[in-house]
Amino acid sequence: MTRFTAWNVFWQGMTGQKGWTRQWRDPEPKSHYDVIVVGGGLHGLATAYYLSKNHGMKNIAVLEKGWLGGGNAGRNTTIVRSNYGRPGNREFYEHSLKLWENLSHELNYNVMFSQRSHIALLHSPAAIDAASRNYNTMRRTGAPDAEIWGLDQLKKTVPHLNYAPDARFPIMGAAVQKRAGTARHDAVAWGYARAADSRGVDIIQNCAVTGVIRDGGKVTALETSRGKITAGKVAFAVAGNTSRLWQMAGLGRLPIESHKLQAFVSEPLKPLLDQVVVFGVGGAHFYISQSDKGGMVFGGDLDWYKSYAQRGNLPMVQDVAEAAMSVLPCLGRVRLLRHWSGVMDMSMDGSHFICKTPLDNLYLNAGWNYGGFKASPASGWYLADLIANDRPHKMIENFDLKRFERGLQIDERGAGPDPKLHG
Amino acid sequence: MIRISCPFCGPRDHSEFSYGGDGSITYPALDAPMQEWHDAVFLRENICGVQIETWQHVNGCRMWLLVERDTMTHEIHSVRSAHPGMAAALGAEQ
Repeated sequence: MTRFTAWNVFWQGMTGQKGWTRQWRDPEPKSHYDVIVVGGGLHGLATAYYLSKNHGMKNIAVLEKGWLGGGNAGRNTTIVRSNYGRPGNREFYEHSLKLWENLSHELNYNVMFSQRSHIALLHSPAAIDAASRNYNTMRRTGAPDAEIWGLDQLKKTVPHLNYAPDARFPIMGAAVQKRAGTARHDAVAWGYARAADSRGVDIIQNCAVTGVIRDGGKVTALETSRGKITAGKVAFAVAGNTSRLWQMAGLGRLPIESHKLQAFVSEPLKPLLDQVVVFGVGGAHFYISQSDKGGMVFGGDLDWYKSYAQRGNLPMVQDVAEAAMSVLPCLGRVRLLRHWSGVMDMSMDGSHFICKTPLDNLYLNAGWNYGGFKASPASGWYLADLIANDRPHKMIENFDLKRFERGLQIDERGAGPDPKLHG
Repeated sequence: MIRISCPFCGPRDHSEFSYGGDGSITYPALDAPMQEWHDAVFLRENICGVQIETWQHVNGCRMWLLVERDTMTHEIHSVRSAHPGMAAALGAEQ
């Protein structure tokens, strides 16, 4: 694998770009690995990378049923932020944001992380109070970039929002996180894959797990579409399909439902929006940013009914289009280029799980709701730590499956135990 | 768009309905052990395939329905009133 350096880019430019090598290998699966990570999405790839980098582990495989970046890694709206308020989430996402800030250097791969700021619009005095509480918490816990903006500053920064005083929900201000932004999602998958592969991790694509072979309280091997593979330790990082693997391992039920979330991209436009703008009030939910290619990337709520299908329905397309028109009316004549849908683990409190399981050598990474993309570096970091040391790091000790039994819900929205409400 | 045949109103678009959730859950007695309540409130089968679920016809008759639907194909296999007594009283199709 050729490293990307200024000299290499220059030299390849002078010599017809002939000297680049494959970014990662396409190995045949071996019959045994010390660690198998199931799921070649961002979380699985990051886990494999940090297992090797931080913990010096060897003989690691990542199994991916499709192709790299083909699941939720390539279906999100690429937003990175750490404006969480609940203890546990706050520190976790802050660590993730710090990892993002150095990720391109870390991976020697440009993930196009752009800290363009995240602007959540506020529409009532109560919303301003609630956001002030949350963003004050952020300022007190290591996020000096959390700000509450009044209308003057907001109008100066994003002049083309709908500021009409007779709008159904007039804009009164905004909660802003300046270090937040976007990254190129494919590049993150490719970057982690390339970096993990260069450290000897086998990334095996088109390899679906079809069975989990147990010996009492341990996993001994996985049946896959490319044969049986024995394993020392196994981790599941298959958000969307966690329950299916969990049941293959004979472990019963989880506090998770699979729901689908749609996302949209418009035709490319000239630079229009320099920030991530979020509109969420009165049942509407809408978030938008502009990609480097010019497309407006946006999304809204879940499709509201449980589903494993990676395709969306039209009522939600209409719902999102209406939200777009109410916040950015200038988009009215922009044509939609594509819309798609990803299947997500919606958990009972809207927060995730990185934890040990009832089986000794099985580890779980699941329940990411809407928030898996921004979490992926820290998620891989702490899952690798859990696998290597076989004990939860203090940072993730409440992200276990037993927290509901202890009466703990890390419920950012305060929506209660109904998975579809944690958007 | 999914079409749901409401036994009271006939076939309607799913946008008239509100999804309730897993219809197979039975809640334990009020004085049941904490673990049973935990399991009923927090744990789900999360079936990939045909499941029983509840929908409410909020923009129609406002009745709660039990729907057998495939969570992968979205095909609906059966729809019936969640309250059979109510359905009988109103002469709805069962």
